[in-house]
Amino acid sequence: MATSTTWLLRPLQERSTQLFLGILTAALAVVTILHLAMPEDSALHVSAYTVTLLGKYLCYALLAVAVDLVWGYLGILSLGHGAFFALGGYAMGMYLMRQIGDRGTYGDPVLPDFMVFLNWDSLPWYWHGFDMAWFAFAMVLLVPGALAFVFGYLAFRSRVTGVYLSIITQALTFALMLAFFRNEMGFGGNNGLTDFRDILGFNLRTDATRLGLFIATGIALAIGYVICRGIVTSKLGRVSIACRDAEARTRFLGYRVERVQLFVFVVSAMLAGVAGALYVPQVGIINPSEFSPLFSIEVVVWVALGGRATLYGAVIGALLVNYAKTVFTGVMPDAWLFALGGLFVLVTVFLPKGIAGLLQKRRKAPEKDRSNPQEATA
Amino acid sequence: MSMLEQLTNRDQVFDFLAPVASPVDVRHGPILYMEDVNVSFDGFKAINNLNLTIDDGELRCIIGPNGAGKTTMMDIITGKTRPDTGSVWFGSRHNLLTMNEPDIATLGIGRKFQKPTVFEALTVFENLELAMAADKRILPTLTAIMKPENREQIDEVLEMIGLTALRDKPAGILSHGQKQWLEIGMLLMQKPRLLLVDEPVAGMTEQEMERTAELLTSLAGKQSVVVVEHDMGFVRSIARQVTVLHQGSVLAEGTMDQVSNDPEVIKVYLGEEA
Repeated sequence: MATSTTWLLRPLQERSTQLFLGILTAALAVVTILHLAMPEDSALHVSAYTVTLLGKYLCYALLAVAVDLVWGYLGILSLGHGAFFALGGYAMGMYLMRQIGDRGTYGDPVLPDFMVFLNWDSLPWYWHGFDMAWFAFAMVLLVPGALAFVFGYLAFRSRVTGVYLSIITQALTFALMLAFFRNEMGFGGNNGLTDFRDILGFNLRTDATRLGLFIATGIALAIGYVICRGIVTSKLGRVSIACRDAEARTRFLGYRVERVQLFVFVVSAMLAGVAGALYVPQVGIINPSEFSPLFSIEVVVWVALGGRATLYGAVIGALLVNYAKTVFTGVMPDAWLFALGGLFVLVTVFLPKGIAGLLQKRRKAPEKDRSNPQEATA
Repeated sequence: MSMLEQLTNRDQVFDFLAPVASPVDVRHGPILYMEDVNVSFDGFKAINNLNLTIDDGELRCIIGPNGAGKTTMMDIITGKTRPDTGSVWFGSRHNLLTMNEPDIATLGIGRKFQKPTVFEALTVFENLELAMAADKRILPTLTAIMKPENREQIDEVLEMIGLTALRDKPAGILSHGQKQWLEIGMLLMQKPRLLLVDEPVAGMTEQEMERTAELLTSLAGKQSVVVVEHDMGFVRSIARQVTVLHQGSVLAEGTMDQVSNDPEVIKVYLGEEA
């Protein structure tokens, strides 16, 4: 038994992972203390609004880590990871809808408001079970995982890779977006799911619950990071890098490349699903716009900015870009996309290895560089 | 259907679950046996009634002008190309014509292609680690732990290919010759019975060539090695047995001196250089 968990414990002995977890814990602690202990009129007080905003950033960071796992280490540029994020979010949203009970506008004890509005008389079959937390939380993992499995099985078995795969992932998320926009799908159409009240019996509108969700997201990010780090530092991680750089050679060594790709892709999709599930209760709504191809591309930009194939770079990229987005859209909403595009161009030209590359360069003994020199700008 | 039949066999319960263990059998002769092999591509006869046997532990050089069918021959042995007629046996037990590429690789035929392909982002040590004979399914790979004997095996190969000092350097920084060696080392980690080496000294300096010659000759005896090479000086330095291919069939076979004095050979091949 000891050997089967070694891969997961290995990262904990690693300095870079310890540093990452230390900084994350410290950040969570500081925000919690400043939120709880500082009086509201103090300049150091962190408001509940900011706590939730930071929680949202952490969800994005987890999503970015998931994308970096497949893009950085496996060479699969997924332009559709938003789909897995949104599916996880919808699973959580369905649970939260069922928790509303008869407190909705129409007061129906079972049917969510939008179904009453559409004159539906009973719950569609796929909504059953979502009143139970354990079932819904299992679906958060299983639905994105199953979609990734079926999609990946078909794509990797046919040896679809590179730009073609990216285009198909993009089509996947776009197709799902169109499907979820339809009222007949039973997921609230373009309004999505909202008006949530409770999660696990805690009122979502209290500051304490929001803080709890923020901390839970931080813990999820830590666990997700350790899982990914465990995979990439294992022999399987080196095999994925081998698949990324010389697929045919890897196959010739006796590895089933398509199975390696499928495994990592499914793990990544599940992590994205968890990120989506934690995102929904914090922002209070899930609608089909999360499936938008643009969002998935934005995630890739975060990872590229932070630095591919480092994992912590993805976290840095997600946090920085989203902070910049919050600031920019507050000051000059129209300029944001130009700023994002400009930033992307600048980083690609001057920092091909992203911010993480800059950090590595500054260190005396740089950590082993895992990115493929030939593909650094691809 | 065959699985169903196996289930109804009374003497074999779940036979298909048992690992297939059938070692290569060389008690009755050569490790590789090719007889009357023919391949044609769109009417062009790439291999024409080829007969070739390689003995266990032999080091054999195969030479021949461009288009003589050297690479096609390797493709047939590794399962990449299927011949139109003929038979190819590995030992006296395995019919290679019924097997696919990964199975043939697992059985013990390693192949080095002309262009060296190593994993440039990984270190020299890690390249060898991935090539090591091991359970290569997903979960065993995820939970794999480097055992001391694995480490020793890798160190041994590192020593053999002369890359011990560079073990923790990424393979991308190696010179062309060093990459060739690393790839030969990766083949050795797979513990093959038969090594097919396609142009191992292409692009090497004199010194590197000498070391490669040493390396290949030291392998013979433990493994069977088939080397396809253009460089006559190199072939002369390592070869005990040389086979000359011409237009898809064997033109001459013997020691280097014998074949280089053969008038037919001089006419079609060596003559060009003399």
